[in-house]
Amino acid sequence: MTEASTIAVGAETSAPAGHDEARSLTSDAWRSLKKNPIFWVSMALIVAFLLMAVWPSLFTNVDPAEAVLKQARERPSANAWFGRDIQGYDIYSRTIYGARASILVGVFASIATVLIGGAMGVIAGYYGGWLDAVVSRVTDIFFAIPLLLGGILFMATFPNDVDSPYLLVVGKVVLVLSIFGWPGLARLMRSSVLQVKPNDYVQAARALGATPWRIIRAHVLPNALAPMIVVATINLGVFISVEATLSFLGIGLTPPAISWGVAISDAIVALRTTPHILLFPSLFLSLAVLAFIMLGDAVRDAFDPKSR
Amino acid sequence: MRGTTRTVAMVAGISSVALLAAACGGGNSDKTTSSSAGGKAGGAVTVRGCNPQNPLIPSNTTETCGGNVLDAITAKLVHYNAETGAPENDIADKIESTDNQNFTVTLKKGYKFHDGTEVKAKNFVDAWNYAAYGPNAQSSGYFMEPIEGFGDTQCTGSGDDPCAGAGKAKAEKLTGLAVKDDYTFTIKTTEKVSNMAVRLGYSAFAPLPDSFAADPKAYGEKPVGAGPFKFDSWTKNTEIKLSKFADYSGKFGGKLDGITFKIYQDEDAAYNDVIANQLDVTDQVPSSAMIDAKYKTDLPDRNAAKSVGVIQTITFAPTKVDPNYADPKIRQAISMAIDRDTIIKQIFNNTRQPATGWVSPVVDGYKANQCGEYCVYDAAKAKAKLDEAGGFKGGKMTLAYNADSSHKGWTEATCNSIKGALGVDCVATPVVDFATFRTQIASHKMKGMFRSGWQMDYPSIENFLAPLYKTGASSNDGQYNNPEFDKLINEAAAQTDPAQANAKYQQAEALLAGDMPAIPMWYSTATFGWSTKVTGVKITAFGTIDFASLSLK
Amino acid sequence: MYKYILRRLLQMIPVLLGSTFIIFAMVFALPGDPTAGMCGERPCAPAFVAKFKQEHNLNDPLPTRYAKYMGNLAQGDLGTTFRDIKVADELKQRYPTTAKLAGMAIIFETLIGVIAGVMAGIRKGKFMDNLVLVSTLFVIAIPIFVIGATLQYYLGVKWGLRPVTVSPQATVNELLLPAFVLGSTSVAYVARLTRTNLVENLRADYLRTAIAKGLTRRRAIGLHALRNSLIPVVTFIGADFGGLLGGAIVTERIFNIQGVGGYLFTGIHNRDGVSVVGTVTVLVLVFLLVNLLVDLLYGVLDPRISHD
Repeated sequence: MTEASTIAVGAETSAPAGHDEARSLTSDAWRSLKKNPIFWVSMALIVAFLLMAVWPSLFTNVDPAEAVLKQARERPSANAWFGRDIQGYDIYSRTIYGARASILVGVFASIATVLIGGAMGVIAGYYGGWLDAVVSRVTDIFFAIPLLLGGILFMATFPNDVDSPYLLVVGKVVLVLSIFGWPGLARLMRSSVLQVKPNDYVQAARALGATPWRIIRAHVLPNALAPMIVVATINLGVFISVEATLSFLGIGLTPPAISWGVAISDAIVALRTTPHILLFPSLFLSLAVLAFIMLGDAVRDAFDPKSR
Repeated sequence: MRGTTRTVAMVAGISSVALLAAACGGGNSDKTTSSSAGGKAGGAVTVRGCNPQNPLIPSNTTETCGGNVLDAITAKLVHYNAETGAPENDIADKIESTDNQNFTVTLKKGYKFHDGTEVKAKNFVDAWNYAAYGPNAQSSGYFMEPIEGFGDTQCTGSGDDPCAGAGKAKAEKLTGLAVKDDYTFTIKTTEKVSNMAVRLGYSAFAPLPDSFAADPKAYGEKPVGAGPFKFDSWTKNTEIKLSKFADYSGKFGGKLDGITFKIYQDEDAAYNDVIANQLDVTDQVPSSAMIDAKYKTDLPDRNAAKSVGVIQTITFAPTKVDPNYADPKIRQAISMAIDRDTIIKQIFNNTRQPATGWVSPVVDGYKANQCGEYCVYDAAKAKAKLDEAGGFKGGKMTLAYNADSSHKGWTEATCNSIKGALGVDCVATPVVDFATFRTQIASHKMKGMFRSGWQMDYPSIENFLAPLYKTGASSNDGQYNNPEFDKLINEAAAQTDPAQANAKYQQAEALLAGDMPAIPMWYSTATFGWSTKVTGVKITAFGTIDFASLSLK
Repeated sequence: MYKYILRRLLQMIPVLLGSTFIIFAMVFALPGDPTAGMCGERPCAPAFVAKFKQEHNLNDPLPTRYAKYMGNLAQGDLGTTFRDIKVADELKQRYPTTAKLAGMAIIFETLIGVIAGVMAGIRKGKFMDNLVLVSTLFVIAIPIFVIGATLQYYLGVKWGLRPVTVSPQATVNELLLPAFVLGSTSVAYVARLTRTNLVENLRADYLRTAIAKGLTRRRAIGLHALRNSLIPVVTFIGADFGGLLGGAIVTERIFNIQGVGGYLFTGIHNRDGVSVVGTVTVLVLVFLLVNLLVDLLYGVLDPRISHD
């Protein structure tokens, strides 16, 4: 189990001083990842989506805000690859430009919930006692409010202004998803920690006088992290979905932000007649989620000390 | 029915009291709505309903959900013809006046409330006094405003309780109402009103039984009217059941034994139920089924559409709130930059009619093209007009709408049209819901442009002008102020000849084209769908279901 | 054991207070005057507004209102809505419907999720594993309102296989489709959690021991591995109960179900704080009880976790 001591949360952690084994777990993980085709497929997709998010004009030179109302709801053609939506926007261009908001919302909300939820879960699970009681109650308080309900209330309480800048509009959705999204991960982390804690190697480390921080980092985290990564990656997709639902209810992202969620909710009215409007943003959304979950899964397998 | 006031009536109604009395007074019973071939008597139907916002008291119901139910159970002095919207006497035998200020109402004998008591003159006077009296806080109380003594029945205080202390209303009763005998009462108005009788078909003017005064709260749970259907039960948020009133003596009864309003949260759900024959009539076809007129294939021969007295407009924030739109030339340029025809075709599937003025074509006194060239799309002229005004100084234009109703499609398309023609960025901005939307408008925090719709209260040209554009009027959201306009409106109200009154109103309307307080967009249509079980579905002039003609096959 | 239950019941009090206060504060901080939308597109008469505000305690400061509300609540009074309807009456009528819907959704997600998870887990890396992975992913990635509207259109409207909407009686037959839609996103979680944990437990020493001592692989998995693998799944399902109620807002809207979700949404729209807070209070209570049950189940499923 000594190898496990060199990793912390991220994949980028290098071996701390004092551990100069030739093969750290990080490099081990990297070696097994390299052999995993799922990893490469998901990375390719993610890189593509990130490129779209950062540099959309690389993929299309059609202005996503240009509406040709007279050609609204046109089917895919050479002129407009994915067809046109209800407003006459070019769906291909809208879908490319939509990556930015959805990816931003998904990624940042996931990072925030992992950080908050993970920390809370570890504290509650490892230390136990009154700290566990307090943290668990706070977790319960937020957990008891369903994500969507909290989202609706929050966005209704702090609505966007006409002049809200792009980042504020996106940031607000990230904030609300983080506030009401972390408790699930906290509870999961806590229960994982509780499962790991009674194990012999943890008891042994404690008996040897390791500091709590070191035990958490070296023994608890690597073992408790696996379910967390799985759920967090799935959550990434859910967050993008919830963003879409909030937009569906009229309180998520607002123009001029373009997102898959907004596109999907706008396309719902066309479900009966022109489903291609719904198809493309849904497809991209599903692919993005798929990519992140596959990556999460691959990384999980690679870092799981027990899988080797 | 968020976003719209309750529909009351419409159409080329006879707006003169004298005429009305002459036409309908002499026992001349206008034909009731024709019964459809093949329909059988009896049986019960289910129709789409929505949640009443308030207890079901006629003078406290200003929205369609409760209004539709109340319309079926109440009888009023005047009934609007299902076909044309023209007012016909119902409980009233005669409504007479020689000066547009003093009215004598004579009732027919024999009308009964559902509790068995007879409808008498005092039932009207008491009901109207209750509606007007400030401390009763009735939301439709302002309909009594024209009646003499209304001011004294209102609380004058301010703050948390305007009725406390010195603010208490001076009088409990309207001095303008007097009972002459059991079947006669008089109305005196403060100023001349040219269309008094037309207004009296609004449900706020329904008579209330004596039992109402004893317990208004109980009444709100189980209203008692004198109409063709009586109220059976109300399962909150689920359904409202009505059944035929055996002692109904009016002529608008129809064949049905029972009506159930099934309450839906979503128009799509109701529509799907109609397709599946689980609901008999829906008065709303969702926009998803409007695309490419899908509903016509979903419900072949089981759909109908009819224009109703609703106009959609875009109002500009008051100048002191947002000076960027102050110049009428800018407003006219924006109006000319909107391609109404294409938006109606692509977004509404031609279920709207492009507006050419501020008054719905369904009312008497409507005049086409009052807006003139300013309501005709012309990108080049629009741009030239904007340049003439020195361009737009506010950066980007905004068009706000309430996001809890389906306004996103057309507001966005409208903004795109403006952007395309004027080259100025325009953003359709959602406001979370109707309550917030109205709060922002009422407190004058809303800048730029915002959507506004008007469903008329009664079928008169006056109702499309006075409440919206007269200085200080209740729904003058843009705080439009034009003394010339006000003067013409007042002159029109004093006219005893309906043609002259209409001419004055039309002159007033013409002034709006020069100032553009609001941009006319289009006139609305109601679209219905029904199941295979029913026949004789007729859309009334109000956009509601005509229960007198509806029956089972 | 009884002491544990008692302690947990006591712990519920701060949680209940905390989450209701958060909801209460957000609902009553909502911008917009509840009377603003009540009289159509014209403002209500001042006397009407004043009477309304007084009747509903809208003039008091927030803490006072909260205290008043909780005071009434302690006496079992959930308050009266802006439409003069007792919240308790509404909830009595609506909770059974939503409970039925949520219960059926849980049965769906558990059945399908566990079966799919087990099939994927015991054939890790094989075709079945990948099939489950991909199919659950697509379900997660598509927002619930898209799934709901699509299934409703095809199964209900177009092919007439299922009732399109749900009547006030809310029969089991009518609720099958909505429950399936509601449970669909969670199926993915359950399947993946089951798979992940099963894979881990299949490598565990005790399983090797069990097989070594002569148990059939089938029996070893069923008896030992699956039981241990279900612990996080049970946590998730317990926790998901709250989330289901959030999803019910959308599902009940689509299928016109007269349950709590739709009630919450209209409550928020109408600024009817009393009905929202009342509903959420009961929701939180139910949620807490369900989670207590889950924790007790822990002890049954995993003897290592004890509740002395």
